[in-house]
Amino acid sequence: MEPFDPAELPELLKLYYRRLFPYAQYYRWLNYGGVVKNYFQHREFSFTLKDDIYIRYQSFNNQSDLEKEMQKMNPYKIDIGAVYSHRPNQHNTVKLGAFQAQEKELVFDIDMTDYDDVRRCCSSADICSKCWTLMTMAIRIIDRALKEDFGFKHRLWVYSGRRGVHCWVCDESVRKLSSAVRSGIVEYLSLVKGGQDVKKKVHLSENVHPFVRKSISIIKKYFEGYALVGQDILENKESWDKILALVPETPMHNDLQQNFQKHHSSLQRWEYLKKAASQCPSNIKNEKCGPWLEWEIMLQYCFPRLDINVSKGINHLLKSPFSVHPKTGRISVPIDLQKVDQFDPFAVPTISSICHELDAIFTSEVEKEENQAESDIKHRTRDYKKTSLAPYVKVFEQFLENLDKSRKGELLKKSDLQKDF
Amino acid sequence: MEFSGVKRRKPWLIGDQRKASYPHSLQFYLQPPSENISLIEFENLAIDRLKLLKSVENLGVSYVKGTELYQSKLEAEIRKLKFSYRESLEDEYEPRRKDHISHFILRLAYCQSEDLRRWFIQQEMDLLRFRFSILPKDKIQSFLQDSHLHFEAISEEEKNLREQEIIASSTSLGGPKLELEYVYKIPFADALDLFRGRKVYLENGFAYVPLKDIVAIILNEFRAKLSKALALTARSLPAVQSDERLQPLLNHLSHSYIGQDYSIQGNAGKISLDQIDSLSTKSFPPCMRQLHKALRENHHLRHGGRMQYGLFLKGIGLTLEQALQFWKQEFIKGKMDPDKFDKGYSYNIRHSFGKEGKRTDYTPFSCLKIILTNPPSQGDYHGCPFRHSDPELLKQKLQSYKITPGGISQILDLVKGTHYQVACQKYFEMTHNVDDCGFSLNHPNQFFVESQRVLNGGKDIKKESIPPETPQPKQSAQKTKNASSALASLNSSLEMDMEGLEDYFSE
Repeated sequence: MEPFDPAELPELLKLYYRRLFPYAQYYRWLNYGGVVKNYFQHREFSFTLKDDIYIRYQSFNNQSDLEKEMQKMNPYKIDIGAVYSHRPNQHNTVKLGAFQAQEKELVFDIDMTDYDDVRRCCSSADICSKCWTLMTMAIRIIDRALKEDFGFKHRLWVYSGRRGVHCWVCDESVRKLSSAVRSGIVEYLSLVKGGQDVKKKVHLSENVHPFVRKSISIIKKYFEGYALVGQDILENKESWDKILALVPETPMHNDLQQNFQKHHSSLQRWEYLKKAASQCPSNIKNEKCGPWLEWEIMLQYCFPRLDINVSKGINHLLKSPFSVHPKTGRISVPIDLQKVDQFDPFAVPTISSICHELDAIFTSEVEKEENQAESDIKHRTRDYKKTSLAPYVKVFEQFLENLDKSRKGELLKKSDLQKDF
Repeated sequence: MEFSGVKRRKPWLIGDQRKASYPHSLQFYLQPPSENISLIEFENLAIDRLKLLKSVENLGVSYVKGTELYQSKLEAEIRKLKFSYRESLEDEYEPRRKDHISHFILRLAYCQSEDLRRWFIQQEMDLLRFRFSILPKDKIQSFLQDSHLHFEAISEEEKNLREQEIIASSTSLGGPKLELEYVYKIPFADALDLFRGRKVYLENGFAYVPLKDIVAIILNEFRAKLSKALALTARSLPAVQSDERLQPLLNHLSHSYIGQDYSIQGNAGKISLDQIDSLSTKSFPPCMRQLHKALRENHHLRHGGRMQYGLFLKGIGLTLEQALQFWKQEFIKGKMDPDKFDKGYSYNIRHSFGKEGKRTDYTPFSCLKIILTNPPSQGDYHGCPFRHSDPELLKQKLQSYKITPGGISQILDLVKGTHYQVACQKYFEMTHNVDDCGFSLNHPNQFFVESQRVLNGGKDIKKESIPPETPQPKQSAQKTKNASSALASLNSSLEMDMEGLEDYFSE
């Protein structure tokens, strides 16, 4: 892959926005079938331009208007906000208090930095294939709950471009949810509580809610490979002391300390811990006997950590899919849920790589064409297809297909009720 | 609601028609009443409901809600005031109609401020919770349907499919016996308080809620709807208040004191001035005790304090002459010039006894009036200590009055729950060494009378006995700030036109 140099961004973005950004699909998404008047026109976008100039309350009349403006301004970053009561770019003309955010997709932002206390391989903005499994587990757990518990049908998962993933839930009813309900959903999905000063962040009650039980089942599939082998969380005294900090001060604590010395791998030590934790200490009345302790450790090391502030506000702005990450150059691409285990953030195309691919194709094709302008137009609508961006756009298109199907189904239902033919 | 002339009166509903208009003993008050009603009935309904809600409040802090004792006492109150409560009784039309109309009348009075709204909503919720708790289980479904709440109970098979899940999620379920419980399927967003804490089973966008938890949801719905409705009503209120005949009633209802007003001079002359110091520590409520102390220490009180304390003293039996002497003696100690007192202050004292100006014989302030109006500022000593004192200062004050720590903490808890009068009742109980003060405190003079009764073993200073709560004062000549007397000059058989009042209750 072509190395990415942030200094080249202005030129690369120019090409990207002219030839590669999938405007048609993008507009198809945010227009939502044109069912609600001015839905697209009242949507807020924000642009971050060169030299960190940030402009809010951008809005556009239609796809071609969007295209022209993006090509003109060449944004480094694009964020999507809410659908407002009026056109955002005219919000200053609106009577005070009348300009309100009305609808927005339910969004989630999962950031690898929030796991720094439980990953040994990387920290801060760094990621590697070993800790990426945390994102895989997060996607599986959250997506299952959104789909099976909440009944949400249209969920788009997107790679953020550096160290995490985003989820956009686009069902019609979901876009109308209040801030209180959004907060409630995040609360439902939260199990890991506490900051730096809290050692033990997960406490399970005797009654284990089906959501927790199902999440644990998912984690179990990955735990050995991720935690015991990849992260090697019981590798040595320094690392297993962190686990023991989650075990209450009981004879078990000392018993584990001693026995860990005798074992030779994280796998063995974990097996031992499981056995010890599930035996009932006869002299302690308050300790729960059973797998709770084992589960609490697994959850603290693997369960997703959500940022409630991203999800609860209707007017919150979140990085747009197909936006470019200015530091890594990677495109924020949709993630194929069918292949989530195989997703590799390091294989995601960067803007330089796809521009390079495009150049290579273009050069070879221009040699065949006489008129450069003609070939320009001919290629514009299908350019991304010739680059590594193609499969990701396909995932996006599948998502849009599903939205369309749902919409048609709803319209049919409504027209049936009204007996329109 | 319309107030129309006799000619346009609607016919009485009979039999099935009556049953159909109020199918249940309880309701969510979604539709405002639209029938004709006389002004006197309007007033009586309002006052009765106010009494009921005050009982609800009192019982709610004196007993644990939901216990048998609480339930039976509340039921007795409701029955006494002839409101509806039980589903299976015969011909419940009148009590239900009364319940319906009186609720909407009180909305007019209680929508006007945040405090009033909060109080009204709290008591109405407690009342609804009680009524719902005694609703037979098989009647619940039809009640929910009639109230347009989309809660449907799921079938046995559906329950069995999810039995494990529901039991694992709902902590309110006692044991693993799901067959006996009704489980309701509702859209997840309607069960916010349950699902956010993972206290309910969610599947495909629905929450499967056992009966016990449904109550909480229903109450939340009720609170939300009522809150919204009150805000709407408040906006329409100016139009209602512009009616001269309703305006005084509505203005006073929320501040209304519906008991004895202690302006009767039957006990005049029974107190001598030198008794006052000892009476202030033994029989005065804390508000008057603190006013007396401040007067003695500073030899002065500002206007608010003079009004509140002065009228109280009149109520316990001071004559005008005694009052003039009392205040003059004290103010002179504060280096006031006697002539200045005569010129400036004595006029006001005479005025408050009804001997000057428009000759209104002002009545001593009720607790509600003291709590809700004219809060004290720096340098003032009037008001209600339980309402207006900073909790720390209140604690110190109670300690100086030698109240036990246990009593103090109970009092502070009641204050935290804004039950100021009940806190004062507790103070009474602690200072008089009784378990139950035996009365519902509404008026500082009532405190005094009850205290004297306890201390003198039943021998009253006053000539007359403690009256039951009656809306009509006995005197007709005196104009007081009492709600009902505001209408006393009206011909009670008069019915007036008031169209489209139900518009004020809806969007």
